[in-house]
Order: sequence, then C-alpha cells, then structure tokens
Amino acid sequence: MLIPLSWLKDFVEIDVSVEELARRLTLAGLEVEAVRYVGLPMPQGPRHEFKISGLEWPADKFVVAAIHEVRPHPNADRLVLCRLDDGEQEHIVLTGAPSLLPLKGKPLAKPFKVAYAREGARLYNGHAPGWELITLKRAKIRGVVSYSMVCSEKELGISEAMDDIIYLPDDAPVGTPLADYLGDAVFDIALTPNMARNANVLGVARETAAILGKPLRKPSLDVLAEGAPIKGQAAIQITNPDLNPRFMLGLIRDVEIGPSPFWVQMRLKLAGMRPINNIVDATNYVMLETGEPLHAFDYDVLVERAGGKPPTIITRTANPGEKLTTLDGVERTLDDFTVLVCDTAGPLSIAGVMGGEESEVTENTRNVLLEAASWNFINIRRTVQRQKIASEAGYRFSRGVHPAVAEVGLRRGLELMRQWSSGTVAKGFLDAYPKPQHDPEVLLTADDIARILGIRLGLDEIADLLTRLEFACTPEGDALRVQTPPHRLDIGEGIIGKADLAEEVARLYGYDHLPTTRIADELPPQRPNPALAREERLRDALAGLGLREVITYRLTSPEWEARLYPPDARDAAPAESDYVRLVNPIAQERRVLRRSLLASMAEVVVRNSRHSPRQALFEIAPVFLPREGDLLPREPLRLALALTGPRELPHWEGADTAPMDFYDLKGVLEALAAALHLEDVAFRPATHHALHPGKCAEMLVEGEPVGVFGELHPAVAHDLDLDAAPVLLADLDAAVLLSHVPDGHALTPISPFPPVREDLAVVVDETVPAAEVEAVIRKAGGKRLVDVRLFDVYRGEQIGAGKKSLTYHLTYQDPEKTLTDKDAAKIRKRIIKALTRELKAQLRA
Amino acid sequence: MLEALERIQQEALQALAEAQDAEALEAWKVAHLGRKSPLMQVFPQMGSLPPEQRPLVGRRANEVRQALEAAYAERAEALRQQALQQALESERLDITLPGRRPPRGGLHPVTQTHRRIIQIFAEMGFQVVRSREVELDEYNFQLVNIPPHHPAREMQDTFYIDHGGDGEHYPVLLRTHTTAGQIHAMRAATGYTGEGPLPADPPPLRVILPGMVYRYEQITARSEIQFTQVEGLAVGRSITFSDLKGTLTDFARSMFGPTVQTRFRASYFPFTEPSAEMDVECFLCGGKGCNVCKYTGWLEILGCGEVHPTVLRNGGYDPEKYTGFAFGMGPERITMLRHHIEDIRYFWSGDLRFLEQF
Ligand SMILES: [Zn+2]
Repeated sequence: MLIPLSWLKDFVEIDVSVEELARRLTLAGLEVEAVRYVGLPMPQGPRHEFKISGLEWPADKFVVAAIHEVRPHPNADRLVLCRLDDGEQEHIVLTGAPSLLPLKGKPLAKPFKVAYAREGARLYNGHAPGWELITLKRAKIRGVVSYSMVCSEKELGISEAMDDIIYLPDDAPVGTPLADYLGDAVFDIALTPNMARNANVLGVARETAAILGKPLRKPSLDVLAEGAPIKGQAAIQITNPDLNPRFMLGLIRDVEIGPSPFWVQMRLKLAGMRPINNIVDATNYVMLETGEPLHAFDYDVLVERAGGKPPTIITRTANPGEKLTTLDGVERTLDDFTVLVCDTAGPLSIAGVMGGEESEVTENTRNVLLEAASWNFINIRRTVQRQKIASEAGYRFSRGVHPAVAEVGLRRGLELMRQWSSGTVAKGFLDAYPKPQHDPEVLLTADDIARILGIRLGLDEIADLLTRLEFACTPEGDALRVQTPPHRLDIGEGIIGKADLAEEVARLYGYDHLPTTRIADELPPQRPNPALAREERLRDALAGLGLREVITYRLTSPEWEARLYPPDARDAAPAESDYVRLVNPIAQERRVLRRSLLASMAEVVVRNSRHSPRQALFEIAPVFLPREGDLLPREPLRLALALTGPRELPHWEGADTAPMDFYDLKGVLEALAAALHLEDVAFRPATHHALHPGKCAEMLVEGEPVGVFGELHPAVAHDLDLDAAPVLLADLDAAVLLSHVPDGHALTPISPFPPVREDLAVVVDETVPAAEVEAVIRKAGGKRLVDVRLFDVYRGEQIGAGKKSLTYHLTYQDPEKTLTDKDAAKIRKRIIKALTRELKAQLRA
Repeated sequence: MLEALERIQQEALQALAEAQDAEALEAWKVAHLGRKSPLMQVFPQMGSLPPEQRPLVGRRANEVRQALEAAYAERAEALRQQALQQALESERLDITLPGRRPPRGGLHPVTQTHRRIIQIFAEMGFQVVRSREVELDEYNFQLVNIPPHHPAREMQDTFYIDHGGDGEHYPVLLRTHTTAGQIHAMRAATGYTGEGPLPADPPPLRVILPGMVYRYEQITARSEIQFTQVEGLAVGRSITFSDLKGTLTDFARSMFGPTVQTRFRASYFPFTEPSAEMDVECFLCGGKGCNVCKYTGWLEILGCGEVHPTVLRNGGYDPEKYTGFAFGMGPERITMLRHHIEDIRYFWSGDLRFLEQF
C-alpha cells in the first residue's frame, strides 16, 4: 500500500519527521517496509529502520522556474534554447523536450512553469535505462554552453516517464524550492489482513491522528447537486443480499472527458496508479483515499442496452457457463458463485472485481452512472482466486469494505467528478441496502483490560484511546459501552470484542509502554517426557559414535524411492497410490511424502560423494504410511544410518583406509545398543530389496525386530553411481528401538580378585554362525566367564575345506575369590565339552 | 700396605673418570670392585700383617671400598642422565605434523538450536509436546480461528493432501504451522473433545510445540517448502500480555545475550489477540546497523500474542475465566542469523561441508 505523505497531510497535521512517523506507524502495526523520498530530505547515517530509496531535491539546486521564450539551437534541429527565469536570474537552458520543439521562435501565450535543476544538481539520467545518478556539469553541447536542466519526471525520480519535461501548474511560484512545492515521501505499508480498513489514505490518516493525538480532518461529503434528480433515471435490483448487502448509484451529466488536475495526476502516480482521464481518475482517487472502489458506467450505453429506457441494474450470481469479457480483454467463463452486475441485457461487470468492456467510460462519454457497492468479502475472495484477477478493487473487496463506506465513496466521487469535469450532478442517489451492517457494541471494563494486558488503566484513559480511533465510548457503571465505528469489520462481540478492543488500547498506549512481568500464575504440573528424552539420547549416542545428523526433505517422488530397488525388481516398489500424495506439489520430484528414510539417505550420499569420500550419517524422522479408512496416515519415527568410504582418512604415518564394510555398520549398531543399555540384542540374516542378499541382517532387541541393515545392493549402487565403495545402510524403527531402552540399569560389581585370561581356538563347520559358537561358550562358561572376545577367524588348508577356525580371548573371574588354575581348567573343560557336543567343534591345537 | 690402598683408590678413580658408557662402567666395576680386583685382594692379605696394623689397614680398606662404590654409583647416575638426555634429544617430534583424528560426529545445527530454545523454556516450566505433520484442515486452520476463505490463509500457502477433497476444499494438509498442535495440547490437558460443555476447572498449561512445517513456496536461498518452528503456549487464570513480554524478553536474553534489547510491535495472527512481533536488537552490530539486520538495527525473531478467545474455547478453556499467550519462531532463521548463513537450502541438503562446520 503506497501512501504519499502530502495526501495524509490533507487529513491530519503531522509535526514529526517522516522517519519518526514511519517508526510509530510500524510499532502500531502498520509496518512501513520502505519509504521513497520524492524530493524531501533523506535521512543520514547507516541505520534506518526501513528501506529507503529516492532522490532528495536540495533547495538551492531544484526550483520552480518559468520559460519565457523558446529559441532555436544554432547547430541542432532537435534541440532548443529556453530563456528561463529561476527567480534569481535568467538562464539559457538547452533541452530536447519534444513538446517545446514546435514552439521555436514563436511567441508564448503564457510562460511555462517547469522544474529547474541548477548546475551541480544530482539527479537521475533521463536518457538511460535504470536509475543512474548523474551530476549536472558545465559543458558545451553543439557549441552552446549548458550547465542546468529543465527536468522530466524520471530525472526527478517521480515516475519512469522520460519522454517530456514536467509542466507545472500556471500558479506555481517561480523561485520556490521544488521540494517545498512538489516534494513528497511515499510510505510503502505492508498491511496485515485485520488492517484492511487502512488500505487507503484516510485509514492511515486516522491511525496517524490517533497515534499522534491529533484531530482527524475528514474530507467533506457535500455534493453540489444541481441536475435533474436521479430518481426514475435508473433502478437497482439485488437478488442476494448476503452477497451484495448494499448497492448505490449516482448520476452526473454532461461531463467533459479530459485530463485530471496536475496534483491529482501526481498523487495517483505516487500511489502507483496511471492517470487515464478525469472520470476514471476520480474513481481511482476516491478508492485510494476512502477505500471504496467505484465503478463508472457510460450511462448512455446502458440506456441504449435498455432499449432507450432507464436502465435497471441487477446484481445476481452467474448462470451456468455464462461469459463476460472484462476490461483486461479476457473472455471469462464464470462460476455459479460469481456475482455479476447486470442490466436487463446481460452482465456488465464482475461485481467488486473488474468491469466489462462494453459499458466502460470512453473519450466520448457524456453521462456517467456511478456505482458504489458493498460485497461479501469471502465470495469476492473466491472469485478473485478462481478468476486469477489482480485488481485494486478486488484487493479491497476481498479483504472487506464496510457498507457505510459506499456512501462516503459515492459522494466524494460525484463531487470530484463535478469539480474536474464540469459535469452536473443529479440530485439524490439510488440506495439499496437490504442487509444493514451490524456494528458491535462491547461492554468493556478496566478489569477486562487488566486481565488481558496486565495494566490497570482508568476508564477515562481507555475511552480517550478508543475515541481517537472513532469508537464511541459511553460510561455505564464501572464499564464503557463501546460502539464500533462504521468503517470497521474486525471487531467482534462479547469476549472476542473485549480482546479486539484490548489490542486497540495496547496499540495506542504503546506495546513498549506496557509492563514487562514474569508469569505469576500457577505452574502446571511438571511431567517427564520419556519419548523425547530417549530420542535425544539416541541422537547424542549416534553423534558420539562419529555420525553426523542430517535432516532431509520429507517430500519425494515414488520414482526416486523405487531406485532403491534393483532395476529388475522395481515392479515390487510401492505404487503412487501407496503414498500420501500432494494435490498441489511444487515439483514432480517433491510430490509425495516419503515411505522410507533410505531413499532420502541415498540422495544425500550421492550428492556428498562428489566431494566427501568418507560419510557417516544418520537421520531420525517420521515416514508417512496411508491407512485404509483413515484420512490421516501413520507417522512412525524411523532411524536411518549410512556409512561409506574409508574407515579412516589417510594419515602421514599410515591409516586403515580400507573401505568400511558390513561389520563397521554392525559395530556402530552394537556400540549404540551398548550406549543405550539395550539388553538381549541379536542379529539374524535377512533380506531387503535395497540390500545385498548376503550382507543383510536384521537387528532384534529382546526378541523384537527393530529393522534391517547391510550393504547397498550392487545393482542399486551401480544405478545410483555409488559403486566406488560399499554403502552401508540401516533402516530401523526408532520408536520400537527406543521402547527397549531401560529407564535405568544396575551395575555389575567390579571384582577385586584377579581375572584369568586364556585363548581358545575351535574349528567348526563354515555353516555354523559365530553367534552360535559364542552363545554355547557363554552358556557353558557360566557366571565366571565374564568376557568372550573373538579375535581371529581363519580358513585354510590346515583345517580343511568347509571349516573355519575361531579364536577367542576368554576371561574368567570370580567376585568372591581368586580363581586357581584348577578352577580355570574346569571352566575350560566345560566349554570344550559343550562345543564338541552341540556344534561338533574340534579344539584346534 | 696403606700406601698400596692409596694407590688402588687413585688408580680406580682415574679409571672411573674414563668410563663413558654402561659397558665400560661394568668393566670398571669388575676390575676395581670385583673379587679379583686389587682392592679385594687386600682383604685376604690382611692376615699376614702385624696384629697392631690390622685394624688400621682394615678400616682404611673399607673406606676405600665405600669411596669407590659411592664414586661408581655417582658415575652410573651421571651416565644414566647423559643417556636419557641423548634419548630425549633424539626422540624430539615435529609436533606440527597432523594428529590422528577420530571421526567426529555431530548434531544438525537445527537440532542444536531447538535444544537451546527448549532448554530455556524448560527452565520456565514449559514442556515439550509434539504432534502430527499431516494434519486436518480443522486443526491447522478452523479451530485456530482461520475459517475457509479467511484472508490469513493467503499468508500461509498450503500443501493439500489428495485425500477426500472436492476440487476446491481438501480436509487434509501438511501443517503450515505448529499452531495446529495447540488444540491437541489444550484438549489433552482439559479433556475437552470439542463438543458439550467446557470443562469446569481445567489445569493450567505451559507447552512448547516444536516440529517440521510445510509451505507451498518456491525453493530459494530465502524460502523453503519445509522448515521447523518452535511454538509456545501458556494458559492459566491470569496470564497477561505483560507476562508475554516478560517471558519472551527473558528468553531473548538467555538466547542472544543478557543485555540484548527487545521491541514489541503490533501485528496480526488469527489465533492471537492482541498480536505482536518481537524484534531483538541486532546482536551482530549491537543495533548500529549492518547488512544482516539490513541496517535497521533490529532482527525479527518471533510472532506472539494473547491467545484468541475462540482458540481457548476450542481447546476447552472458558475464555471468560482463562487467558493465555502463544508465540512462534523459526529456528532456521535464528541459526542463519547467528552463523551468518546466507542460504536456507543448506539445512536439508545433508551437505557435509556445511554440517561439519557445526
Ligand atoms: Zn545489525
């Protein structure tokens, strides 16, 4: 929302600087994002609380001047020399302004008032694209000395217009600093939805007046109406008052279409609109000023459409398949909820959004029928979204305009049209208001304010603050009866209204002046959150094991997840319908919610492989699994791990740079289980589509499967261009894993008696899993066997084909006494016996 | 005899001075203190001396032996010291050579920021509650005072889920804010189901709602389709806007520095009334103006406000008896400000060159 300072000053006295006003508007919730200086002094120093842009016009460099004579240039046809008076002296100024060329050597009927830049002025280059600053210097151009300039809008930073110089009004006083005459500053205010009432100059002026404690000078609503009454010249028919609570018409006859006054055009440009002609400009001006979008119809076109009779304006929803060509030249097919403004011959405009081509005001228009209406903002919002129309009217009506503002807009519009076009306003209006707006009344007490804001204000203080914003406040016992003013739609009833009014009180009192206190209210019962505590322990444990946490996109595509299947097995991948799918994805590769973390992990590994040879990663995040018969999917928490690259990075004295393999990942999981004090952790062979069938295992805790891990399937790795080194992946159910984390664990006492250590080498069949050997050893060893550590696996001729030799460090210890050699031998014998009996193991010499 | 002892001592000490290593020292010991050494030969000869000389010679011989043994020990110690010095000298390392680094793991920067925020509020009695990411429109919007077609929906472009929609409205979406969890948390505390009379005397509530949220945005250096939020909610019988200011100012000082200034600006959120934005004085330039704060001296840190009466009621708290405040912030933005991160896309990239800097 662009608000020129000069326009604000029509309605409120402003005695603070531009910067101070911007700051105070921002604190009150009208966030000034930027200020564009058009001539006025710009703030100095590196710090400013909003973006600044624009050009300052120093008083000694830019002044109002008068051209008294246009002389030909001796050496150039397309340049002229102006004899110009800047209030101090005469100058000969060189210009190529096309509008002056035809006047060469001719007497001027009256002097032209122009914007004059003296030698040394800094201004924008009017002959180059973009916004390049230049300084006027003395130079010879085609043999004539030039040092100053008659300026275009572009050169002054007013607009992008650079094809001609600015002609100021005839009464512009020569010699006056240009900044005093024309200087302005334009506030760019970002309005939140609750501030829709302030999407206009009057609204911002009202806030400004309230903030500064100044009176608001509202525009006059008087209309000089001297023409034959409108009654009988047109009629209104509203078919759905819920969608169109109010519709008003006024009539102005015998207008002369022409340009608007200079200052009107200036304000429209500064507010971001293009001047068209006096009638269209009046509708735009009133919309910018009051917030009421107006629509001007060519009255004679409507009469003609009505067969020469007075037209009847009908508002109704569109019929199935109904079409209308709007002002932007687009033929639009309308929805059944779209409200149209029609006459008996058909639709004229999309209500509150955009007019139709046929009935718009043209250069030939003589009589204007002016519409000011009120529309259901939700319905306008739907229309704007469906038709994808960005119009100023649609912007305002889709945020809500109070029906009372229609009359303000209509009166102001008719009067300005009369002043600018010499037309005659018909007496009276047509006003259909079938659904009057109810403006809430709220009973507000000092207790209410204290309860919400934490500050005790007197009723008179509260009334003073609210009255500044035009709330009518009447004391009633220990309360105020607060009447919402007829331009606001954001105040609720009852307890909601109290909260709404508390905000208004707080805004004007100043958020920064409210006290800063600590909560005195009762502390809620404090409860542990074991699920979160365990999840954070899991994170810390994994980071402690040297893994990096990643967080990846939860949005993916079925195709990407299918790449975790070997190319010849992709038929088994989940179908599109197995996913939680977006209606409106931003991109095809982010159109579903992931079912697995593995594909996300692979995506990261692929990307990192270009620059990071060693990767050790984990992610803890939910996946999303649709549920039959439920709108909402399951969101189970998963844990994924990935390892790839050298075990150690190269070191100058040598390092284990062999690529990490299955056992590195298994080791991480074993260490993780130890860190979490999981008991009864087991592994068994498993299969998984993404993993090498011989290098894949399932992890079980207390007999419950928690997930699988292993080496990425070579075919998948090849497809992902990841065959440089094995990639180890784990995909675990974090919730199940964490459910086995004990709340506490008891310590094993440390025996003061010395342990006995010995090695044991056994030969077993290749098919016997090592875990089974260890299990037998542990079981047979009993309590005194405190540690079993496999330290060598050997296969070779010495022991024969189909066999393997496993060598263990065994540690025996007793908490109560020193073990003798005899004790140790007894345990050893038991172990060997069990191994021989259960696994047909042979002792290796 | 006594003269012989003098000579033995002198010669032995001379020889000892020439012993330069452990081997020579051992040879000296054998030669001068061994069984066959001249000194030791003196003792068996004592019997042939006249009896009156024996004590004298015997005492002297023992004195010589002790002197030689002491000299030996001293020399041995000197040689050991010398050898140690040599060894220390020759074993000197180039300590500028790189060490052997164990692989270093670490937590994601966003996790770290979440933990900081959660810990600060935990000290003020706020406890973490988490809720689902695929959410009903009802919880994400309607129950937090954002009915269909509300203008505030345009502030939050939404990803809708293709499940049960009619082409214009979809009942399921990816939550656009953790505010969706407010109703869940309040109803868990009050036991309210959304129907029937409000509970008579529900307990107060202080919760922190962290989690991933989603917006329909283009992915750029400044905007992401997924990002995290940390939201807070306090409900009680007298929780005022001044309490909100105090609580969040305490938070800002714990998070950004004990002397940091805060500023509250009026703002708008459908689920709070009054609403505010809290700015924190730029902790990079101390408010003087820099490119991080865009020369404003302030950093926008969070949105907040008193809980809207409608939201309280939907959660099961009677807004005539209870008040509360809520706030929400973006940990990524805070992380970016603290670490001068220019591009939000780093966070979900998994790029180790980024992550290893934390
Ligand atoms: Zn700064």
